Amino acid sequence: MFDVVVVGAGVIGCAIARFLTQYEGRFCVIEKGDDVCCGTSKANSAIVHAGYDAAEGSLKAKYNVLGNAMMAELSEELDFPFQRIGSLVVGTDEKSMPVLEALYERGIKNGVSGMKIVCGDELRKLEPNVSENAVAALYASTAGIVCPFNLTIALAENAAENGAEFRLNTTVKGLEKSENGWIVKTDKGDIETKIVVNAAGVFADNLHNMVSAKKISITARKGEYYLLDKSQGKSVSHTIFQLPTNMGKGILITPTVHGNLLVGPTATDVESKENLSTTALGYEELNKKANLAVNKLNLKETITSFAGLRAHETQEDFIIGFCDDAEGFFDCAGIESPGLASSPAIGKDVAAQVAEKLGLDKKKNYKSTRKGIINPEQLSLEERKDLIKKNPSYGKIICRCESITEGEIIDAATRIIPARNLDAVKRRVRAGMGRCQGGFCSPRVMEILAETQGCKLSSITKKGPGSEIVLRKEAENDQ
Amino acid sequence: MISRDLVIIGGGPAGLAAAVAAYDAGLKDILLIERDYCLGGVLNQCIHAGFGLHTFKEELTGPEYAQRYIDMVLERGIEYKTDCMVISVSPEKIVQITNKDDGIFEVQAKAIILAMGCRERTRGSLNIPGTRPAGVFTAGTAQRLVNIEGYLPGKQVVCLGSGDIGLIMARRMTLEGAKVLCVAEVQEKSPGLKRNIIQCLDDFGIPLLLRHNVINIYGENHITGVDVAEINENFQPIPGTTVHYECDCLLLSTGLIPENELTMGLGAEMDPITKGPVVDEKFMTTVPGVFAAGNVQAVHGLADDVSVHAEIAGRAAAEYIGGGRQ
Repeated sequence: MFDVVVVGAGVIGCAIARFLTQYEGRFCVIEKGDDVCCGTSKANSAIVHAGYDAAEGSLKAKYNVLGNAMMAELSEELDFPFQRIGSLVVGTDEKSMPVLEALYERGIKNGVSGMKIVCGDELRKLEPNVSENAVAALYASTAGIVCPFNLTIALAENAAENGAEFRLNTTVKGLEKSENGWIVKTDKGDIETKIVVNAAGVFADNLHNMVSAKKISITARKGEYYLLDKSQGKSVSHTIFQLPTNMGKGILITPTVHGNLLVGPTATDVESKENLSTTALGYEELNKKANLAVNKLNLKETITSFAGLRAHETQEDFIIGFCDDAEGFFDCAGIESPGLASSPAIGKDVAAQVAEKLGLDKKKNYKSTRKGIINPEQLSLEERKDLIKKNPSYGKIICRCESITEGEIIDAATRIIPARNLDAVKRRVRAGMGRCQGGFCSPRVMEILAETQGCKLSSITKKGPGSEIVLRKEAENDQ
Repeated sequence: MISRDLVIIGGGPAGLAAAVAAYDAGLKDILLIERDYCLGGVLNQCIHAGFGLHTFKEELTGPEYAQRYIDMVLERGIEYKTDCMVISVSPEKIVQITNKDDGIFEVQAKAIILAMGCRERTRGSLNIPGTRPAGVFTAGTAQRLVNIEGYLPGKQVVCLGSGDIGLIMARRMTLEGAKVLCVAEVQEKSPGLKRNIIQCLDDFGIPLLLRHNVINIYGENHITGVDVAEINENFQPIPGTTVHYECDCLLLSTGLIPENELTMGLGAEMDPITKGPVVDEKFMTTVPGVFAAGNVQAVHGLADDVSVHAEIAGRAAAEYIGGGRQ
């Protein structure tokens, strides 16, 4: 019997699990994917909003501002990349000024600090590559960029180190009320728990509607992106948002914590919650809008494109709290933007509410820190040489484009929540994330995965069961 | 710090030919660096014939062609190190290298020949709409999996791009028992060699669809099919021409890009057309004493041409150091 079962190992589920493990109790996270961080948390703008966007008094505004304030300390504790680079909302016509002022006012009401409206030389000094058409911008110094994969993975690993159990490749089929709480029916058997936390992302409505008469409805709103080569990473030094123009809602341009440039997202409601395909129309829209607020973006340097799904709830705000008509069922639904920025605050608050309900005590031997995978490129030459002496696999580079060593990949594949497939390795250490997109390194990474898992190369997948990369080799039949 | 007269980065066709030519021009203190576990580079996976017609006046396979040069390197006792990755090259000609046994070490060179070859264009840079399933490979990656690792990437194959690697792989997959449904090519004319179109496609009845593109990829976990359509002069799909192919593998052979991360780190001037460094008639880059040979300088059609150019660079490096025979 668990105290809490969290459904969904995205950034919200993992944040809740991490903060829950500050308390005494038995906690479990179940996830239908082959890894943590494989839904909305893996495909988004990777930014930590300042908090001026959401409506005053909304949960989005509250958790965004709180989460933003927590992010720097959390990144120290859990060892994931976060940079407070600041953002600019750029207006390109005379109608912009009142809109920027309204955003500023809303930011003040939401409790955002460090904002300023900038124009002319001040704006160009701040961001030299801003478009000639730019008339003014709202600068928010607290906005930042984060690695969404390693934020989520760090939260999950820290939760696991503190005793939370992660059950991957496990899909919820139904929920049954029991004497003490719930029986979670899954394709891998029943799990008993006192409380269920719904952090199922785009599927949170399906889960909620299993237990509540007050239905909610989540629409998957697709956003398509271009990821540009590191050679373009310095095109801008802030996250640049466009104010809506007569061409519609704007897109953003932002450096990533790894030095690439991200351009997007579009916004299209889609019927299927699994629909992650990019489209010709999406590319067309990105091409048209990319240069509205900045100059000289070289889209020919695109190394990949991708799509993510926002979990858009009809009521336009996060739904966070115990369900009125289902005792012991806690919702975290409709967590779209600014969900990533809000995640630490949501995790902390939800854990506190659930622990209070269950009367859980704080854990005495809680370990609040987690060490990430060593990145030899961030070490001094001497430290790097020492590391290779101790462990020669850090001397062998497997992924040329991103300079990822065998040591890092083995670490990723053998951690408390091990990377089991190519995409899981890529999210942890970036092997295959660079300009050759795994052309050279994927056969090598597959070998390392096969070795650490003690399985055949033909069982290694791109992203979980059903995505095997090669067919069985004749010789394997004889083994 | 170790020092060598000449450091050559890359032990493929360019690096091997450059090493031999530099040695024969009088330079003896040479170090050849290779990142794979053996010399030969991409030729090791090119097990088809067609190499050496110009250089050796006979038809060799890729590994045979490479072995001729490897033998020449061995006969001359030229020093080489495999399983070594070069991390950086400085304008002072210090080459920083890493491997498992030695860790990170530096070599001071008097001259350097860059011979890192090229990489393939990927699905990501082509902006093909659709899902991101397993089963989409560049032709070269598939070639390595089939010819070196011994694994088949799929059994129902569509190829995009009719560059020579794509043509060769269409035949290779057929010989391995896969069905190649078609080869789509966005251009009006295939960039591949005429002999490859005949020997790899026509002889096996594989249709070559000129002015066609893959316009959608299907399949959530593993690829299940693609849409192929005819395209107009602006490369846009022509409505009504779309044909759906059910397949478990998409091979991409849509171009090669010189691999110049080290060259750019060095600060050599780059040529936006070739994507390689700007070089003089002896293949010296704008950094004095640093030469570029083979596909790293500009993508070549034939390995034989790579050898010829690399030999010029090898002799020029010897001459630059002053150890060349008069």
